[in-house]
Amino acid sequence: MELILDALIQLGEVTLVLVLAPLLTGYVRKVKARLLRRQGPPIVQPYRDLLRLIRKEVVLAHNASWVFRVAPYLVFATTWVAAALVPTFASGLVVSYAADMIAIVALLGSARFMLALAGLDVGTSFGGIGSSREMMIASLAEPAMLMVVFTLSLLAGSTQLSSIAAFMQGPDVGLRVSLALALIGLVMVAIAENARIPVDNPATHLELTMVHEAMILEYSGRHLALIEAASFLKLLLYLSVVACVFVPWGVAMSGQGFTAYLTGVAAYVLKLVAAGFLLAVFETAIAKMRVFRVPEFMGAALMLGFLAALLLFVSRVT
Amino acid sequence: MALEGLLWCIAILLGTSVAAVAIARNRSATPLVYGAALAATTIALVIGVSSLLGRSQPAVALTLPVGLPWLGAHFRLDALAAFFLLVVNLGGATASLYGLGYGKHEEAPARVLPFFPAFLAGMNLVVLADDAFTFLFTWEFMSLSSWALVMAHHRRPGNAAAGYIYLLMASLGTLALLLAFGLLAGPSGSYAFDAIRNSMPSERVSGVVLALALIGAGSKAGLVPLHVWLPLAHPAAPSHVSALMSGVMTKVAVYGFVRIVFDLLGPPIWWWGALVPLLGGVTAVMGVLYALMQHDLKRLLAYHTVENIGIIFIGLGLALAFQANEMQAAAALALTAALFHVFNHSVFKSLLFFGAGAVLTATGERDMEHLGGLVHRMPRTAFAFLVGSAAISALPPFNGFVSEWLTFQAILLSPALPQWLLKFLVPAIGAMLALSAALAAACFVKAFGVTFLGRPRTQAAQNATETDPLSLAAMFVFVALCLMAGILPGYFIDALAPVTEALVGAHVPQQEELSWLTIVPIAESRSSYNGLLLFAFIALSAWLVTYVIHRWASAATRRAAPWDCGFPDASPVTQYTAGSFSQPIRRVFGTVVFRAREDVHMPAPGDTRAARLRVQLHDVLWDVLYVPTAGLVGFAADRLNKVQFMSVRAYLTLVFAALVVLLMILAVWN
Repeated sequence: MELILDALIQLGEVTLVLVLAPLLTGYVRKVKARLLRRQGPPIVQPYRDLLRLIRKEVVLAHNASWVFRVAPYLVFATTWVAAALVPTFASGLVVSYAADMIAIVALLGSARFMLALAGLDVGTSFGGIGSSREMMIASLAEPAMLMVVFTLSLLAGSTQLSSIAAFMQGPDVGLRVSLALALIGLVMVAIAENARIPVDNPATHLELTMVHEAMILEYSGRHLALIEAASFLKLLLYLSVVACVFVPWGVAMSGQGFTAYLTGVAAYVLKLVAAGFLLAVFETAIAKMRVFRVPEFMGAALMLGFLAALLLFVSRVT
Repeated sequence: MALEGLLWCIAILLGTSVAAVAIARNRSATPLVYGAALAATTIALVIGVSSLLGRSQPAVALTLPVGLPWLGAHFRLDALAAFFLLVVNLGGATASLYGLGYGKHEEAPARVLPFFPAFLAGMNLVVLADDAFTFLFTWEFMSLSSWALVMAHHRRPGNAAAGYIYLLMASLGTLALLLAFGLLAGPSGSYAFDAIRNSMPSERVSGVVLALALIGAGSKAGLVPLHVWLPLAHPAAPSHVSALMSGVMTKVAVYGFVRIVFDLLGPPIWWWGALVPLLGGVTAVMGVLYALMQHDLKRLLAYHTVENIGIIFIGLGLALAFQANEMQAAAALALTAALFHVFNHSVFKSLLFFGAGAVLTATGERDMEHLGGLVHRMPRTAFAFLVGSAAISALPPFNGFVSEWLTFQAILLSPALPQWLLKFLVPAIGAMLALSAALAAACFVKAFGVTFLGRPRTQAAQNATETDPLSLAAMFVFVALCLMAGILPGYFIDALAPVTEALVGAHVPQQEELSWLTIVPIAESRSSYNGLLLFAFIALSAWLVTYVIHRWASAATRRAAPWDCGFPDASPVTQYTAGSFSQPIRRVFGTVVFRAREDVHMPAPGDTRAARLRVQLHDVLWDVLYVPTAGLVGFAADRLNKVQFMSVRAYLTLVFAALVVLLMILAVWN
């Protein structure tokens, strides 16, 4: 009985991330538009875009191979699995032991690997530029992310997100410099990984500094819909990780009653609203960097993560 | 019984090698030699696996009356040897299978066939040797037979130089090992490993032995800065031999290091645990950065071997650090991670070399800048190479990820170490490991993307055809293993338990009984990974989304010219190349590590000549370490040249003086 309930909640979580992801992106776009004194499209616009895309035909380049056609499905599937493994409104779910934080980062790495290959598949210069830059950014973002994981796991004694969330809710956390540094590092990684300003601009085409959009330039129709959905999921995933680790309050533990889950969902949505708002404000306030400034940005994230780990050995809890 | 069987297999290999000399010019020699090698290595593989899995069996030993008269040749089969026999013979058997197909394209079979079984026999013998003399003799035998294979196509430009540098580095390595065993044997001078195990060298002596073992085994495995021969020699050999050298022989070198340091040398000292992982971390990052700068597919793979050897040495070094502080469980985890990576790397590196070999036979090209679009003409090879690329880039659900994940878990245990140097160093090594994994992914996007995807850049790539079924079979054996070891790692980790039990006196908790085949290296609340579930989830969600899309989305598909933002260019030279793909990474890392410089030569306005971009890279290690050493040796040789042209009188004086000096030393010493 308990197993069935757990499975149901897991299923609820899997669907919830899928449902919320486009809404989150729509919300961030809306807030950005309002900050720029524009009306902006409605929040549900991403849904409409997805629906429109899957009704359209796919235009494939003559020499596109099976890699190009398979990649969107795999990218979406791996991102969805990764997003479903992050505790959102409840932690300690049935399958949360299948992957820890390192594995979740690596799953996103698998998705990126496929997408970067798809960018090279047609053999255009824009696809290549996107793949090459995406992998350059990732080569710095991934170690930075792992240093953040390292810091958190040193504190919590675990790389499982559920355990980390439980630890952060507990009394032993205290206010630490390391945590602040880790938070900044994680946010920087999240910005880079989701192709947000200042690293990349999700809203442009035909700009020489574009990265993610250049990689998926050849995609259309249902393939593009899947890739778009995967990038919505990825944004949700990173915000969920930040929320789960640094503001874990309200997350329902396993075995708590139905009301706990309801408050969990409400708290989760509130956290997303707050995080999305902050992201929109940040993006509006800052300018896009040149692409070769990005390594410095990511290098700073890496150093912050590293410092956070080292400071743990020398700092005291206050 | 098992040991006798193995020695018979080795005897068959050696016999095949001798017979191959006689029949090499015959047409049927290729299938006969590779068939015999395949049979012998398969039997040895079965014996190795069964003795590794038969946990309770004690080590068996055997002495043959060959070799030094007062010593004989000692052989011993214990858990460590059984594990490495598995690696050697798995690689050997599939390379033989690949050779059955690939061998038809060999232009000089008489130069390859006799040495191939001998090389396999040499590697098996090293793993079984149980005294210093047999070990060194078979080590040299392995080096020389592989050198002969490197020189198989000695007329091709660069190969002779590669063979020369390999020979020099192999001699250096063997010299270091010779000295190491000399120190280990001590004043009693007993070269049997049993006697060495029981003797306790002093702390200073064991430190020197560690350094010598690092030089000896490290030069063969490819530790930076002793890696220089690897990217020259491995690509020069025929591709199945490249696979063996890169995938298997470097593992035999790792075996040598583990045998000497963990088994023979006695308890480690904590600073070893700082030195070895640091070397490993530097090797991993440098290896992958070198690889990113390469355009030659096989050389790129060889540099990746350097990277993975670094990862293995990170694990081994952590095991030393933990063992020195009597944290046996952590040491067992680190050692398990290293040994699992040994197996994984042998699998995916052989697979990738087989793929590169298939590309080489189909197009005659190793340079990626002349390839492209092969996924349409060689779809099966492309698929196998893609799996290998994902595995080596440490992407789940494949096997490379599991062993790197285990290494990470070992790194995360480092705060419990009491030494401050280790506390600070190990997180930095963790960052290096993460950096090398991420860069490896970038490198394999480049390797696969430029070689197999895009449009063909030359006529040779345009006309390529799929490789033969036997080569494909060899590749798909490894594809299956990459996935199996990735989704069912528990069984592989359990199989390593007797090895770590013998070496560090502990093993990772039994994984087999855990629900859903999860792996839990320390405790469930700490970390766990379930490749099977992850794979099932990905498969399930991929299936679900495919179903939904095919049910409700538009199925219309139209083929058209590429969009490319409205500026498509029909010429394949407008594609991204290997050089342009790695340009951002070259700018970020290369300016420091390789002193990379880019010069753009723009013709004057109105001039119709093409603009040129020239990239200059310096191999700093080569310039700093090897060029001065070579200069010094040359200088000394020039000076000593005089000694060759002296009168008999002068020679007699020299002999007399030498005698006097030696007697003086003896007198002073006592």
